[in-house]
Amino acid sequence: MTVQDELQQQVTQACEAVAAAADLAALDQVRVHYLGKKGVLTERMKQLGQLAPEDRPRVGALINTAKEQVQQAIEARKDGLQSAALDARLAAEAVDVTLPGRGQRSGGLHPVTRVLSRIEALFSQLGFTVAEGPEVEDDFHNFEALNIPASHPARAMHDTFYFDARTLLRTHTSPVQIRAMEKQQPPLRIIAPGRVYRCDYDQTHSPMFHQVEGLLVDDRVTFADLKGILDDFLRNFFEGDFKVRFRPSYFPFTEPSAEVDVQCVMCGGSGCRSCKHTGWLEVGGCGMVHPNVFKAVGIDSERYTGFAFGMGVERLAMLRYGVNDLRLFFENDLRFLEQFR
Amino acid sequence: MKFSEQWLREWVNPAVDNDTLSAQLTMAGLEVDAVAPVAEAFSGVVVGEVLQVEQHPDADKLRVCQVNIGTGEPLNIVCGAANVRAGLRVPTATIGAVLPGDFRIKKSKLRGVESFGMLCSAKELGLAETSEGLLELALDAPVGRDLRDYLQLDDVTFELGLTPNRGDCLSIAGIAREVGVVNRCAVTAPHIDAVAAGSADTFPVSVTAPADCPRYVGRVIRGINPQATTPVWMVERLRRSGVRSLGPAVDITNYLLLELGQPMHAFDLARLKTGIEVRRARAGETLALLNGSTVELDGDTLVIADGNGPQALAGVMGGDATAVGDATVDIFLESAFFAPEAIVGRARRYGLHTDSSHRFERGVSPALQRDALERATALFVQITGGVPGPVVEVTHEAYLPQRASITLRQVRIKRVLGFELPVAEVEDILARLGLSVESVAEGWRVIPPAWRFDIAIEEDLIEELARIHGYDHLPSIRPIAAMQMGEVGEGQLGLEQLRRLLVTRGYQEAVTYSFVAPELQQLLEPSLAPLALANPISAEMAVMRTTLWAGLVQALVYNTNRQQGRVRLFESGMRFLPEATGLRQDRVIAGLAYGAALPEQWGEAVRPVDFFDLKADVEAVLALSGLDATVSFVAAAHPALHPGQSARIEQNGAPLGWIGALHPVVTEKLGLVGGTLVFELALEPLLRGRKPRFHELSRFPAVRRDIAVVIDNSVPVDAVLAVIRRSAPDTLQELKLFDLYTGKGIDSGRKSLAMGLTLQADSRTLTDSEVDAALESILATLKAELGATLRD
Repeated sequence: MTVQDELQQQVTQACEAVAAAADLAALDQVRVHYLGKKGVLTERMKQLGQLAPEDRPRVGALINTAKEQVQQAIEARKDGLQSAALDARLAAEAVDVTLPGRGQRSGGLHPVTRVLSRIEALFSQLGFTVAEGPEVEDDFHNFEALNIPASHPARAMHDTFYFDARTLLRTHTSPVQIRAMEKQQPPLRIIAPGRVYRCDYDQTHSPMFHQVEGLLVDDRVTFADLKGILDDFLRNFFEGDFKVRFRPSYFPFTEPSAEVDVQCVMCGGSGCRSCKHTGWLEVGGCGMVHPNVFKAVGIDSERYTGFAFGMGVERLAMLRYGVNDLRLFFENDLRFLEQFR
Repeated sequence: MKFSEQWLREWVNPAVDNDTLSAQLTMAGLEVDAVAPVAEAFSGVVVGEVLQVEQHPDADKLRVCQVNIGTGEPLNIVCGAANVRAGLRVPTATIGAVLPGDFRIKKSKLRGVESFGMLCSAKELGLAETSEGLLELALDAPVGRDLRDYLQLDDVTFELGLTPNRGDCLSIAGIAREVGVVNRCAVTAPHIDAVAAGSADTFPVSVTAPADCPRYVGRVIRGINPQATTPVWMVERLRRSGVRSLGPAVDITNYLLLELGQPMHAFDLARLKTGIEVRRARAGETLALLNGSTVELDGDTLVIADGNGPQALAGVMGGDATAVGDATVDIFLESAFFAPEAIVGRARRYGLHTDSSHRFERGVSPALQRDALERATALFVQITGGVPGPVVEVTHEAYLPQRASITLRQVRIKRVLGFELPVAEVEDILARLGLSVESVAEGWRVIPPAWRFDIAIEEDLIEELARIHGYDHLPSIRPIAAMQMGEVGEGQLGLEQLRRLLVTRGYQEAVTYSFVAPELQQLLEPSLAPLALANPISAEMAVMRTTLWAGLVQALVYNTNRQQGRVRLFESGMRFLPEATGLRQDRVIAGLAYGAALPEQWGEAVRPVDFFDLKADVEAVLALSGLDATVSFVAAAHPALHPGQSARIEQNGAPLGWIGALHPVVTEKLGLVGGTLVFELALEPLLRGRKPRFHELSRFPAVRRDIAVVIDNSVPVDAVLAVIRRSAPDTLQELKLFDLYTGKGIDSGRKSLAMGLTLQADSRTLTDSEVDAALESILATLKAELGATLRD
């Protein structure tokens, strides 16, 4: 058998061993057996010196070729085993991506807060800032300064909760107007959201509810501006090109006064239960600030004019989200609240 | 105010249908709440005359009647009504008639007797909710006439929701006036003639409170027929205005109240003594009213008195003793003008509200009294007969409301409405409204009519102009204002951000009532006396909350009663703390956690939420506000909280809020199963926020050393960390507690704390020896101050 044949045979055997190696450890044993310090082919190379000098380069080259072939086989097998091992690991690590994520789940904001945030966002674009006031109010800010003297029939419109003769729960957010004007001379541009209280409790009345009040006082404010702002607001709030209607009404603290109706957002004005088949939804009251109110807070009504408006927040929320019972807002039933996440 | 369209159209009849009329009223500020037909649909009912009534041969309660309906042959009709009798004129449903409820009348046999129709009650025709027996029509009702036609039932009722300023529209006359103005058409009032006195009978009237009663008109009518009945037309008009017929005397005064807006009162003359005196009540006087109640009067109340004392609450309600009754034959009829200031609030003071007080409070025209009295007299004579005496009038001109002139400036109209209303239109509108208008240099001088109590200043006139011009026709513009940036403090946090944080951490926002049950309040904060409402709506809503926990625990109970096992709620709002210096109304934010720590899910063991879950949420809130570094949790007792699991939250020593587990006694009283954790934080300090400040990054490596010390259980972790921070060199960057252990290997009563310290200098690499020295010094201090030993 020639050296060449012998080597060929060894290479063949080595390749068979490589192929048979089931894992990287077995493969390494094969490597050590053929190519290690005392490996079969390494030994042959060491024995090269025993050959005749003229044979050495040829046999050396043959051994190197054989070593390279074995090395390549090992490398190839190693790649194969490694990628198989990776595949196996990846397969083992696979998860069911349809399992739900773990951890805490988000809660949600109350619908009243949602609506108020929306209103604040819309008016803040026009430079209105949020003002607040106490909920336990005095008679002066809640009534007197708003041109509602003690015996005024309009007091009957406000079923007031009292603590004593002079202290009460505010019946509207309008006293915040008074407090703002007491503090600051015009120009004034505020909205005042908050809780208000009326001594009335049935399916359509809650003893506590929310209002948002708006006030703009400047040297050239007119009723046309009031119409413009509320037109804009209601269309933006309800996100639709709804008609807005102003009709004469009465509030002691505004003159002229108006009720604001929006074309029914439920039926588009054709008439439904929500709008009592009128096609219109009443959403708030407004008007030009009454000169007596300006007088009460020391603002010159000849120099300044202003408008104010007030809206019921739950009413807007009911229309916006289709809520059909006012009482739901204060029961805090999670099944209700979670619908407004 | 409720009224029949037909009645209105007798006064003013614009060429518009009732839909348009309704829209016009609403847009004029007289809001139409409802328009409803005055009678349900029915047909085939005519006026029948009962000719003969015989007992049914086989039924005790039935009668067999012969009824003439004008067709020649009388109809044989079986009837069960108790009031059926010969001579009566009644609604007769003929064969083929359809009554309300789609009830068809057919020929039938009742106990063997044939019946060719049905005699009807008001209820059967849908004209009343209840009725007793047949509807008795006037004896001159035209036999055979269709009933709808005869009673004019093809009519609708308008119901107006009037605002308190429009007392002038609380009558057909007032509404007709408005409709006339809006439609520019004529208003025809019924012609009122003075009724000549048929006798010289009078009754003395004196007015000793002339400011309260500037005009008092009255007259005696003697000999009215106590058996007289109110004619159907009047009963129908009253019914369509929501007023029940109570006999001619009351009906006539109610009719005048509706027609002209003048409240009137009829006294039984026989029961009046000496004379009428209009005066203030005297302290201690009492009055038994028509409604059966007796009121104790005060000196601020105007009364109509006679020789026996007060007989009526002026402008509010008559007294029982002098009320007209079935036997009344002589009356004294009152038609007065009471000043609104003398009436306003009085009815309410006595728990009353009447059609009369409603009108006098808002203002009745002071020019109306004599006309109303004459018209009422004419109706009495027509309906009840009787002989009127001469009119007695006591008027104090000086006290009658004076309509002062108001100057209306043309420039002001534009200033308020934002557009120029043509001069001609201004003058036209004001004149149509009955105002007297005179041109002056800057505009007009205007005097409002007697019936308008709501026009006193220029703005009132401008509103009238806008109203009649039409709010719909006023311009709508986008205002132009100077652009000025507002302040946006970076160190200012919005409540919105705090809310969002809690929402992200699983909380659902709640809104609970600000008033709660005193018992609940007492359970949570027994040492505070909450602010109590004088007129609470119920015992459950009687005192103002001093903590938001009150509402949150109620919401929790509500939800656990509805099978919710895990609840996270928060609320922001005011709490009301009565203090020696007055009431404090503070905004706070509060939260509640109940049930499992995490929502039910795969891969996480279920465990109940505990103190430290909630503390992490509170710490997140504090961190958002930048308060985490200055806030401490101090073990402290709170009556609502578990004594071993409650802490006062302090910021630099000042109280910021509370956190803890609800006391087991409290949860038990609330009927809750399982622990409930709550927190409450004052809101204002949280909203201050912070502006971040850059700190140079070190380019040198950090060294981390872990130590474990054993220490008495009673020593709070905070104290250990504080000692370490204090005794460490200023290269200490981070100090982290990563393990707490008690049990095997640690003496009972002691605990092991493992902490990681990260040290790093800005300008050099720390050497092992200096770090070792630092740790040794820390350990020595821990040992000296807290008795801590290094864990082996």
